[in-house]
Amino acid sequence: METTTVKKYTSKDYTSDQEVRWCPGCDDYVILRAMQKALPEMSVDKEDVVFISGIGCSSRFPYYMNTYGMHSIHGRAPAIASGVKLSNPDLSVWIITGDGDSMAIGGNHFIHLLRRNLDLNIILFNNEIYGLTKGQFSPTSLVGQKTKSSPYGNTQPPFSAGELALGAQARFYARIGGNTPKEITQMFIEAEKFKGTSLVEILQNCPIFNNGCFVKYTDKAVREDRQLFVEHGKPMIFGKEKDKGLILNGLKLEVVTIGENGITEEDLLVHNAKEEDPTLHQMLVRSEYPMVVGVVRAFEDVTLEEREDALTEQVKAKSNFTKTNDLFFSGDTYEVE
Amino acid sequence: MESVTISEKQEKLEAVIIRFVGDSGDGMQLTGTQFSDTSAMFGNDVATFPNFPAEIRAPQGSLYGVSGFQVHIGSVQINTPGDEVDLLVAMNPAGLKTNLSSVKPGHTIIVDTDAFTKKNLTKALYESNPLEDGSLSNYRVIEVSMTSLSKEALKDVEGLDNKSITRSKNMFALGMVYWMYSRSLDYTIDFFNKKFKSKPEIIQANTKVLKAGYFFAETLELIPNSYSISPAKMEPGTYRIIMGNKATAWGFLAAAEKSGMELFLGTYPITPASDILHELVKHKHFGVKALQAEDEIAGITAAIGASFAGNLGITTTSGPGLALKGEALGLAMMIELPLVVVDVQRGGPSTGLPTKTEQSDLLQAMYGRNGESPVIVIASSTPANCFNFAYEAAKLTLEHMTPVVLLTDGYIANGSAPWKIKTVDDMPEIKTNKITEAPENWNPYDRDNDTLARKWAIPGTPGLEHRIGGLEKDKTTGNVSYVPENHEYMTKIRAEKIKRVQNYIPDLKAEFAQEGDLLVVGWGGTYGSLHSAVKQLNEEGYTNIGHAHFNYINPLPKNTDEIFKRYKKIVVCELNNGQFIQVLRSNLGEFTYSAFNKIQGLPFANLELIEKFKQLVK
Repeated sequence: METTTVKKYTSKDYTSDQEVRWCPGCDDYVILRAMQKALPEMSVDKEDVVFISGIGCSSRFPYYMNTYGMHSIHGRAPAIASGVKLSNPDLSVWIITGDGDSMAIGGNHFIHLLRRNLDLNIILFNNEIYGLTKGQFSPTSLVGQKTKSSPYGNTQPPFSAGELALGAQARFYARIGGNTPKEITQMFIEAEKFKGTSLVEILQNCPIFNNGCFVKYTDKAVREDRQLFVEHGKPMIFGKEKDKGLILNGLKLEVVTIGENGITEEDLLVHNAKEEDPTLHQMLVRSEYPMVVGVVRAFEDVTLEEREDALTEQVKAKSNFTKTNDLFFSGDTYEVE
Repeated sequence: MESVTISEKQEKLEAVIIRFVGDSGDGMQLTGTQFSDTSAMFGNDVATFPNFPAEIRAPQGSLYGVSGFQVHIGSVQINTPGDEVDLLVAMNPAGLKTNLSSVKPGHTIIVDTDAFTKKNLTKALYESNPLEDGSLSNYRVIEVSMTSLSKEALKDVEGLDNKSITRSKNMFALGMVYWMYSRSLDYTIDFFNKKFKSKPEIIQANTKVLKAGYFFAETLELIPNSYSISPAKMEPGTYRIIMGNKATAWGFLAAAEKSGMELFLGTYPITPASDILHELVKHKHFGVKALQAEDEIAGITAAIGASFAGNLGITTTSGPGLALKGEALGLAMMIELPLVVVDVQRGGPSTGLPTKTEQSDLLQAMYGRNGESPVIVIASSTPANCFNFAYEAAKLTLEHMTPVVLLTDGYIANGSAPWKIKTVDDMPEIKTNKITEAPENWNPYDRDNDTLARKWAIPGTPGLEHRIGGLEKDKTTGNVSYVPENHEYMTKIRAEKIKRVQNYIPDLKAEFAQEGDLLVVGWGGTYGSLHSAVKQLNEEGYTNIGHAHFNYINPLPKNTDEIFKRYKKIVVCELNNGQFIQVLRSNLGEFTYSAFNKIQGLPFANLELIEKFKQLVK
């Protein structure tokens, strides 16, 4: 898309006339506002923006955006969005999904979308619970978690969305807390800029069925000490006092304190989101202390639509067929008098 | 090549049915295809029926590993591949055993005696050698050691391995049959030259063996008679031989070109539908986009996404795949976007009989979704008219903004027949419902007064931004609505929209008796079988029998009851346990129907139809 043709928008232009119906206090409101703020910052025209969602609380999202949108069926948004993007690569396509929608019923489409690397964006609202069906455990719920469908505790070990995505060859993965609107907006802008499938996982609190599930990482009081916000090219420093950092000790990440045991800032790992080898990105995703947020991985690769385009041009250049009649009358035909 | 001398004994025949059978690795499909293509070039009408096992390479010599290809050629109009055969070419004992019952008594069987070894006889569960025990005394058996003769013919050709030598024996058989029916070898030799361009030794070997078979039949007088089949009387024009699946693919290409749309196929491989995918992926030069998706559901939903973005979205499948696509098809109906689903029916239920034919997905196509979710259902009835009905499916979905299920079946999808080539100019106009700018007070669910189709506003168009989805929507704005009266209204309008398609489809026509004692009713791929049987009966003097064949199932043609009224009895013939008869009973309950069903994974045989119809008019 050419940036010169882009019109000027405000967040209001992106707000639909529909009444928002999420529960009071839900992080979904924060995410919606962050998107309505992020879009005017991007070099896209409003008519080129398409939101495709599946089923679940988060999937009501397209109704609240004044853009093209489809609220589809459970788990299938990645496949629908793929059809949209392949049909018109000029569109800015956004998939809105939740942990159940993307990793349970739609798990197959989710991993194959990441593998194929179309240039579109996935916003994953992870609240580690089924909200819309009223409180059953999800594929990201923790072992032991008590829910409507696991009254004695969940026995199924969870997926980590980031690990699953990197295992499926995700080129772009970012994670961010659901209570940090500024950073969410920033992640959306980064995701849109990135050429390839971008996955943004939002740790989204469900105040009704799983309240406080991320509080140990995301609560304002502990956030700076518990979260490491990674940025490409910058050392991995965190903590209220900016005195903690990560180093690589053998095959493990280790938290160190600057100034202790002779550690200086130069000893810390410098984040390279663009590295093709995902080993270190995997380690960052797995880390619980600190919880790594920000753009963990942004490795630029050829997209599916680029491969398809190139192949189509090649075939067209070599082919004698421009109209179907050329094909229908080609090869073995015969005349009946 | 040498000129063909017509011997005095040569018979003139109107039509002949030949079946080539052998191991699934023996090249029977190729042999049969070559024979039918050559005959078509000669001007015969042809119909073919490949019949092969689901296993790609079943154990050699086994009964279930037999692969067959039947060709019906004639100087008269040919409607089916036929049932009982005039000539059986059996490359091994298993092929003979499984196909003997189809040979007309007194007719010819050619066998490769080299294959009748003790081992092969045991595998075919023969206790004694049928060539020696007199069990074939009702037939004219021509014993030829084809394998050895092929080897002999190739003894001077260098650079051939043993496998290639043995495998060429099918060409020996083909050469013999070419001589018997006075066919030219040119088409097949030309085929070798193109197909094996980079392997001159294979071209040489195949040509040598083909000619060896031809001259063997000519000179050794092993064959008592030879036959000639004159060209058939067909409408003048340019023809080609086409398989049903290819015709389906080409129908979509034509529709895309005519409507100025880009074609998007989202699909997942499944027998017997995959050939449509194989054909469409070749045509990137026409801008065809094809996504082989991760599963059936992704195939259809990607096509829905493509339609939302303004392409002509289609998906192809067979029975089990249609079951998986049900929810998404309901979504397409609900959001009122164009979508064609092709179901190349096969034997069911569950995995069923993947390589055999059946018409048992009709009720699934009609009703296999949650809620009240009617869609347009049409069916093609011959290999060649798969072209017309694929085109028609695209036209209907684009003009009426609702999904269309196109039913074909394994029989017509894999069968081939002459197709009088249609150009895009020959085809009817297609008017899409696309809008490119915002009309005043536009709403996403505003409807056309006649068709009730809504307008198609495509992402990228300024001012038409809107949201659609699977939740019930307000009748005007398309916003989510839980209003009880609105749901009832929307349910009824979606049904009415399908019903109004009646105003845009052709009337039902009866062939043969226009009124009388019996109306033979069928739908889809059984057209050829039913037409032939009714035709034969009319020729025999049963001029009180008519035939009405349905290509439009939902909705039914408007005049259906007027046709039905004119006959005393109606028999509904289907390759299932009685599905269309249920559709007729629920739509036109004032008539009494009797059913004739066959559920063997095979098409109707002429004889069984004739017997049934005679009995009904007795």
